[in-house]
Amino acid sequence: MIDEREKELVRRLQDDLPLVERPYAEVGEMAGMSEEAVIETIERWKADGTIRRLGAILRHHKAGVTVNAMGVWRVPEAHIEEVGKTMAEFAQVSHCYERPASEDWPYNLYTMIHARSQEEAEEIATLLSEATGMESYELLYTERELKKASMRYFPHGHEKET
Amino acid sequence: MDDVDRKILNIIQTGLPVTPRPFGELAAQVGVTDEEVVDRIRRLKAEGIIRRLGATFDSSKLGYVSTLCAMKAPLECIEAVAEIVNSYDNVTHNYLRDDPRLNVWFTVIAESHERIDEILDEIRAKSGIARILSLPAVRLFKVRVAFEL
Repeated sequence: MIDEREKELVRRLQDDLPLVERPYAEVGEMAGMSEEAVIETIERWKADGTIRRLGAILRHHKAGVTVNAMGVWRVPEAHIEEVGKTMAEFAQVSHCYERPASEDWPYNLYTMIHARSQEEAEEIATLLSEATGMESYELLYTERELKKASMRYFPHGHEKET
Repeated sequence: MDDVDRKILNIIQTGLPVTPRPFGELAAQVGVTDEEVVDRIRRLKAEGIIRRLGATFDSSKLGYVSTLCAMKAPLECIEAVAEIVNSYDNVTHNYLRDDPRLNVWFTVIAESHERIDEILDEIRAKSGIARILSLPAVRLFKVRVAFEL
């Protein structure tokens, strides 16, 4: 699936790109690939979804988006596809996932809502509710960020078992 | 943060050009010199507005598995529980949320489901909190990380 050289490229790309004129050439040097091969591999990975995004990850609270609410919804199984797709269309919803419901936690659809205030988050949730007819939901607000880091795949000295 | 910063951020949070001179291309798009673009990005990183400039991978495409976990930790134990949970590199996000039923929500990414189970068992043992829900995504409707500034 991913060979050793590509793993090395993953390791380099999950770090900060060097702020130099030709960053892909420098990344290639570290990974033992030509600049051309790096660019070609990145394009392929973007096309097949291996790379979701190559760019800047922002700290949203520093960029003015301050409230982060996780909406949890109880959606009848028969409607989940339609409801999920509708909620995903809202610009204020960054993530939308179906997750398994259980007896003691009955919610099966999760939406991450980003807003500038709690009031605005509630308004967005109301819009989602009205757009889909789903009325059984809760908003779980972030009280504190306990950790936010980027995953480091294929760490050295800890080879993935196959 | 001025308009040029905003322009740069709006472009690069969606994607940095994948061409031999990406910063030169970005400079041409926002109408400043190559040097100024790089200086501004360096400053936005130093100020903490940019957390990282690099690639975000789909963990499943790299052969990894992931899940969202939730547990209930007594408020007076949050620091201790967070320290246990956060000690794993596999935990990338962890939030204290305001729901009294489940207040600590964290993500786990690992090489296998077995490794996730092992990590959760260790967290149960170390924290003394037996109930940790694991809610792996069944279906993904949207993942977006860019915001209009």
